[in-house]
Amino acid sequence: MTEATAVLEGAHGPKPRRTFSRRNIFLYGTLIMVALYYMLPLYVMIVTSLKGMPEIRLGNIFSPPVEITFQPWVKAWAEACTGLNCDGLSRGFWNSVRITVPSVIVSIAIASVNGYALANWRFKGANVFFTILIFGAFIPYQVMLYPIVILLREIGLYGSLWGLVIVHSIFGMPILTLLFRNYFTSLPEELFKAARVDGAGFWGIYFQIMLPMSLPIFVVAMILQVTGIWNDFLFGVVYTKPDIYPMTVQLNNIVNSVQGVKEYNVNMAATILTGLVPLVIYFVSGRLFVRGIAAGAVKG
Amino acid sequence: MSGNGATSVEIRNLDLSFGAVDVLKGLNLSVREGEFLVLLGSSGCGKSTLLNCIAGLLDVTGGQVFIKGRNVTWAEPSERGIGMVFQSYALYPQMSVEGNMSFGLRNARVPKSEIKERVARAADILQIEPLLKRKPSALSGGQRQRVAIGRALVRDVDVFLFDEPLSNLDAKLRADLRVELKQLHDRLDNTMIYVTHDQVEAMTLADRIAIMKDGIIQQLASPGEIYSRPANLYVADFIGSPAMNLQQGKVENGRFLAGEISVSLDSYPFERKATGEAWFGIRPEHVLVGDEAAGADVEFTIKAEVVEPLGSDTLVLTSVNDKRFWLRISGQSKVATGDSLRAGVNAADASLFDAGDEKRL
Repeated sequence: MTEATAVLEGAHGPKPRRTFSRRNIFLYGTLIMVALYYMLPLYVMIVTSLKGMPEIRLGNIFSPPVEITFQPWVKAWAEACTGLNCDGLSRGFWNSVRITVPSVIVSIAIASVNGYALANWRFKGANVFFTILIFGAFIPYQVMLYPIVILLREIGLYGSLWGLVIVHSIFGMPILTLLFRNYFTSLPEELFKAARVDGAGFWGIYFQIMLPMSLPIFVVAMILQVTGIWNDFLFGVVYTKPDIYPMTVQLNNIVNSVQGVKEYNVNMAATILTGLVPLVIYFVSGRLFVRGIAAGAVKG
Repeated sequence: MSGNGATSVEIRNLDLSFGAVDVLKGLNLSVREGEFLVLLGSSGCGKSTLLNCIAGLLDVTGGQVFIKGRNVTWAEPSERGIGMVFQSYALYPQMSVEGNMSFGLRNARVPKSEIKERVARAADILQIEPLLKRKPSALSGGQRQRVAIGRALVRDVDVFLFDEPLSNLDAKLRADLRVELKQLHDRLDNTMIYVTHDQVEAMTLADRIAIMKDGIIQQLASPGEIYSRPANLYVADFIGSPAMNLQQGKVENGRFLAGEISVSLDSYPFERKATGEAWFGIRPEHVLVGDEAAGADVEFTIKAEVVEPLGSDTLVLTSVNDKRFWLRISGQSKVATGDSLRAGVNAADASLFDAGDEKRL
């Protein structure tokens, strides 16, 4: 047999793989187990929220609902009582929207300009400024709670939505500035130089050169801020008053109300409703998120 | 030097330090109108830093920069009448070629019709009209660099600054664009300052070369002058490939002595009187071989250790006093490894440097 035919008759093409090899069974088995473990609470919540109270009292939390009812969802959204108000979570939802949207916009707008200035315009004292800003990220929130109460009271914003917006914007600043600074540092410096030679100023370069190249990092910042601010409980409960409590605080008040029977189905529905916004954000922008995190991490 | 139209860029006593590191030290440089000046040096010598200072992208620590007689030391880059081309092209990725080229004009609020006209003219000069609507990502390296040059061209600047513009291109394209740059300079007659670490680019493009080391200009002269009459040991060693053959020895009674070599220096054009420790340098192509060696100022026999035929000529590595000694001989000559060669050197072709201050004698 010549060498040529040996090549033709020997093994060729991709190496055959068995679907049920020991390696695959172990690998996928582990993955499925872990996935189930994480999915279980969500399953329980959804199933419970679709049951009526009599069915829940039977005690089997894993069984699927015999009779599907959406009443708990309706009640959680529009009828549940907290304090004097009996208009459900919808009030908290809109409060949260009114808090989150301006907070996210303000904090990202300021932090991106901060990061841009720190990365490209090496002004005197930039490093000191940056160090102080980053140091701020390590101070525990609890330490600052009361001083900020006084501060807000003095400027007349205590207990208002805008007071909370300011607090969220300030507390998002260190991490967001770091994020943007690292991203802008990773962009080629020569682009910035070229734009300066071309006569673009501080804002011209920011808006015309930097912004169009920074979509991924803006998405990352947006996700971080939306989920962070939406999920915030501490600031919401400290700096606002019952009428304008954010959704998380209101959820707590519904779930932890001590009067009457515990309506597990309503509680579950309310909890899912509250978590829905971050969930949707993750699903919609997960891919961009990963890309942006990777881009921001290249250099720094 | 204001009022003197012949000077385009002048730098006086320029200092620049980053913290404790002095990158440029009391640098003086005067570039003539329409001149092609190349700043040449190995990395870290301060050549790009100097260019950035001229462009206004770095704030100087001391000294002044004049462009066309105007003190621009503290002027914004865009107010200096300069255009700059970068190694990485630095094209704005989200803008089309046309957008890239017109960005500077739009910032300067030039009327739309004039922008169109100027972009068209620059595109014509650089032959990139078919690319005007494309994005930079859809261009090849050579096309990108053309667009980058076009961006400087449309702005009608007095001085072009090039920061290693050809370093990211492959060898063939680099040679092509080098020729184009030279033609462009002939055509435009602008002052051009060009930073590179590539000797070939420097030698071929420059009217004058400034060789830099440690933030100081070692020699500023025409390529020919730099090659044949290097001002100091560093320049002699830096320029030329293979480098100049250097031998350390001493000058005594009108002769250079190193080991068994003794050269009569009667024909050497001394710039200053010298005796004592010195370096003797001779370029590989100035070493005479065979019959030509007869009657030279010094004659000796050497053994070919490595032979490198390059086609047009052949490089032969030998050693003199245990130091590498290169010869460049005609490509036709038949020399094989191990051959003994008769070699000769004339003092008139050589360069002598004082061993102390390393400057030319």
